[in-house]
Amino acid sequence: MNPDVEFIGVGHSYRSKNKPPVQALQDINLHLAHNEFVAVVGPSGCGKSTLLRLLSGLVSPTEGEVRMFGQPVTAPGGEVGIVFQKPTLLPWLSVFDNVLFPLRHQGRVIGRQDRDRARALLETVGLAEFINSQPDELSGGMQQRVGIARALLLDPDILIMDEPFSALDALSREQMGFELLRIWSERPKTVLFITHSISEAVLLADRVLVMSPRPAQIIDTIDIDLPRPRTPTTIDLPEFNTCTQRIRQHIFGPLQQASGLTAVPSHRTPVCQAS
Amino acid sequence: MTLRDAIRDNMWPRLLPVLALLAILPVWELVCRLFGIPDYVLPAPTSIFNAFLNVDMQRWMGHLWATLRVALMGFALAIIISLPLAILMVRSVFLTRTLFPFLVVIQSTPIVAVAPLIIVILGAGDAPRTVIACLISFFPIVVATTTGMLATPREMLELSRSLKASASREIWQIRLPYAVPHIFSGLKVAITLAIIGAVIAEFVAAEKGLGYFVQFSTSYFRIPQAFAALFFLSAVSLVLFKAVQVVQKTFFGWSLPAEDER
Ligand SMILES: Nc1ncnc2c1ncn2[C@@H]1O[C@H](COP(=O)(O)OP(=O)(O)O)[C@@H](O)[C@H]1O
Ligand SMILES: [Mg+2]
Repeated sequence: MNPDVEFIGVGHSYRSKNKPPVQALQDINLHLAHNEFVAVVGPSGCGKSTLLRLLSGLVSPTEGEVRMFGQPVTAPGGEVGIVFQKPTLLPWLSVFDNVLFPLRHQGRVIGRQDRDRARALLETVGLAEFINSQPDELSGGMQQRVGIARALLLDPDILIMDEPFSALDALSREQMGFELLRIWSERPKTVLFITHSISEAVLLADRVLVMSPRPAQIIDTIDIDLPRPRTPTTIDLPEFNTCTQRIRQHIFGPLQQASGLTAVPSHRTPVCQAS
Repeated sequence: MTLRDAIRDNMWPRLLPVLALLAILPVWELVCRLFGIPDYVLPAPTSIFNAFLNVDMQRWMGHLWATLRVALMGFALAIIISLPLAILMVRSVFLTRTLFPFLVVIQSTPIVAVAPLIIVILGAGDAPRTVIACLISFFPIVVATTTGMLATPREMLELSRSLKASASREIWQIRLPYAVPHIFSGLKVAITLAIIGAVIAEFVAAEKGLGYFVQFSTSYFRIPQAFAALFFLSAVSLVLFKAVQVVQKTFFGWSLPAEDER
């Protein structure tokens, strides 16, 4: 089967007036198979969000080509759902209207079944009782769930998530990860999940792409063969450690890895600590 | 919320300025009496109050209505002009570059100096006064609206673009609502300026209005009466300012920071 998404020799540099261009990505080759869950890890500022913007058509590659279902992506096509790092809810709309916003924003008439769908999505993300709340009445984690429900409203073929849980506290972060996997198993989608947490990437994904610092290239691709469904006990499996160790070596270098403690990343997730 | 909570949470902050005024008045009265300050230098509160009662209510209302009408029409005109102007400027850098210098020139030209000209050009009646009230109050609304719309977070705009929404939907459903808190800051400044504009217009040419009445009273050396008119004017400003706040709280409650109703 053809992959849903292909990046062929893609590079991107941001050009702005009076400044030298910033090369964010260089020679990126990747593909996402249908309903595959792929995580991208890399240091901050390396160009992960740029990857998201390229795939959603918000920016065009300066080199190479991005393809979706075999067609080159040149402009936003409306077939991807995006979950941003910040929940990015509209504070003047209720939770319910935020979920329905994509339809309204495309000028479509909102019918009964759309409302039912929005309600069902809010139920899926566990917020059925907060349907009439305002976003600022919800916690950060709950807001991010609304963001996920909104991204799923148009039933996109492809879901892009840009460090969606990085603003959450450690406990909600772990919980949201499993929640996301449950939603994904109920409504399978091709997912590109951007994160800077190694253990989060290993815990959630089928495949992890490791990126180098800017200009980012993909320096390794790791297939994660951990059994699904993944549960909190998944992190106790020896394979889990093997995978995270391998990624760490890429990011921190084999020398530091040998010296023990220094290899532990500064942004440890609870998953790491438990292991 | 119990009554006690209501008093503690809501009444106190509202009563504070009233209490402050009540504390100042006796001191003011006392100073005037002790030092025998004549009315034309600084009238005592009681003589201001008497002057207020000596003018019959119907006359006050006539003056009030004349000023209020002009201020509100000028304010409304300012909104009608400012919002589309701000939208146009957000949509086009070219237009911003072209128009903004003119707006700054209009804003920085002393309206007092221009008012007589406007009245000569537009003749008698409400029209020139409305224009003056509008000219003085539109700038803060334009600046606040433009600033707010341009401050829309990148992610919200990316959300809009990823949905293939038209530019006008981006304006109406994202940028403009996002700017609402800014717009109301602008409106609060603008409403008080509109009153000032109306008063300036009355100073130049009018036969009615609270500003006119201040000037009229002063020229007849009825200083306590001038003070009474002045206080009335301040009260009107305060009420209008409050009205803008009430509109914001009623229709755009989300735009106020939680637990704070400034
Ligand atoms: N609009 C832009 N203009 C110029 N440079 C940008 C722009 N957006 C991002 N960059 C730069 O591109 C690099 C990659 O950014 P980004 O993709 O946001 O990184 P990440 O998401 O991995 O933290 C950064 O160095 C950033 O400063
Ligand atoms: Mg980013």
